[in-house]
Amino acid sequence: MVIFLILGYYHFLIFSRNIDLHILMKFRVFVLISFFLFGALSFSNAQSYQDPKQHVCLKCHSNQTYTFHNDVTNAEVKRLMNPYYILDTVAISSGVHKSFDCTDCHSAEYEVYPHQANLKLEPLSSCLDCHGGDESYAKYKFEEIQAEVEKSVHHKVYGESFSCSKCHNQHTYAATARNSDNLLEIVDYSNKMCLSCHNDMKKYKLVSGHDNPKLVEVHDWLPNQALHFKHVRCIECHTEVVDSLMVSHNIVGKDQAVKKCVECHSADSRLKASLYKYENLQKRSENGGLGNVLSNSSYVIGTHQSPFLKLLSIIIFLATLGGVIIHSIFRIFKK
Amino acid sequence: MGATEKIYFYPVWLRIWHGINAIGILLLIFSGISMQSSLDNSVIGFNLIINIHNYAGVIVTLNYLLFFIGNLVTKNGRYYFIKMKGFLKRPIKQAYYYAWGMFHGESYPFPLSEKRKFNPLQKYFYVIVMYLAVPGVIITGFALLFPELIIETVYGISGIFLTAIFHSVLGFFISIFLLIHLYVATIGKSPTENFKSIISGWHHV
Repeated sequence: MVIFLILGYYHFLIFSRNIDLHILMKFRVFVLISFFLFGALSFSNAQSYQDPKQHVCLKCHSNQTYTFHNDVTNAEVKRLMNPYYILDTVAISSGVHKSFDCTDCHSAEYEVYPHQANLKLEPLSSCLDCHGGDESYAKYKFEEIQAEVEKSVHHKVYGESFSCSKCHNQHTYAATARNSDNLLEIVDYSNKMCLSCHNDMKKYKLVSGHDNPKLVEVHDWLPNQALHFKHVRCIECHTEVVDSLMVSHNIVGKDQAVKKCVECHSADSRLKASLYKYENLQKRSENGGLGNVLSNSSYVIGTHQSPFLKLLSIIIFLATLGGVIIHSIFRIFKK
Repeated sequence: MGATEKIYFYPVWLRIWHGINAIGILLLIFSGISMQSSLDNSVIGFNLIINIHNYAGVIVTLNYLLFFIGNLVTKNGRYYFIKMKGFLKRPIKQAYYYAWGMFHGESYPFPLSEKRKFNPLQKYFYVIVMYLAVPGVIITGFALLFPELIIETVYGISGIFLTAIFHSVLGFFISIFLLIHLYVATIGKSPTENFKSIISGWHHV
């Protein structure tokens, strides 16, 4: 944008004023140099989310307020930024799309302010436009996910408008479940996706058309609610587990959600097919040392979920029972 | 010393404690095993089992206070003192009697009297169960009732997991104790004699 301004000013100089050609030549060299310099700078700026003040979009869209020059009133104007259009630059720079610039997806015309009204009507790429049918993304199984999403309660309520980005913020999304070896971090990241709407009246209403149910009340029946919310993801109970997918995307409402304790609290816990299926977590448990001996396959509490302790308890019980029986026999026959 | 001589070993408070404890512990063992094995059927649901376990746990805890305070303020507490003299020799002698002596006509090594309610082996087991295992199971049990109070990790292992393991190991130990306790109780003048005593309060010597 600055280049255009400089070039504009340059042409303005040529056509509007009679200026010494010598000065003009000097100015031309300056413009050329600044063009290359700025070109180089703008290239690095294009992807630099590290320094949002220098970024053509983020200098406004990473702040609560923005300032612009009103040409009509010829005054500097400071306004509040729409909170939904403020971007978290720290999250962007660690997200999966960090190597993209804003205008890779949004129209380059957004670089002009005020933004053209018709830009709002411009269709944006969906996730599958880039990720679908691409071999390099095959392991993420985007098509299969799409098929699952179409069965989900979200799709039933909101149809095609319930895009991936409703949960997976395209600006900041990080594949935490795949990469983190911290269970609590995985749970927290996943649950925040759900809560971004389910704990936000406006966003929830946008999709459902009615007020959001109070989560704490709805889950009143769940013992140790706070601990469950911290240690397992909403989707543990609110999805239909699909073995071929890392995260099941068929989100189900409360009618179909898991409500039986033993679905998780058992040796054959469904958590093994969901939250604990990640390779990084298996590695974590291998490093557990003593914990591994005790909790080999027991992610959910209780000695019976620890094969070693289960076996030991059966042996001790049978030995005691055997002792009692033998002693009784002696008492009967040795009287 | 006639066969009719009786000692009033079990005062009313003790019998009340013992009765409540017996029912409570049985409920805890059965509900505990049920939860461990994740049994869930339409007759007794998992949720009901948890409630039974929680309520029984609280009742047994309050009842334990009766036992503890009762033994502090009455003479009954002295039956639990362990003498340092013959610390190992005395219980071994009793164990030998159970394993060999009683089948070979040997006399009872530690006859019961006003001064001795328990034989040394019995006393050791009672002290371990009532002053170590039961308090341990109560503390870990309450910790699991309020799991947010438990230390999150201990050397990289979940604190709740360790507490749960410790709780169920102690619970298992108490179950084994109960099995032995019930069996040894049949070794009396007659197999039912001791069971009558704990109800009537009188022990026939």
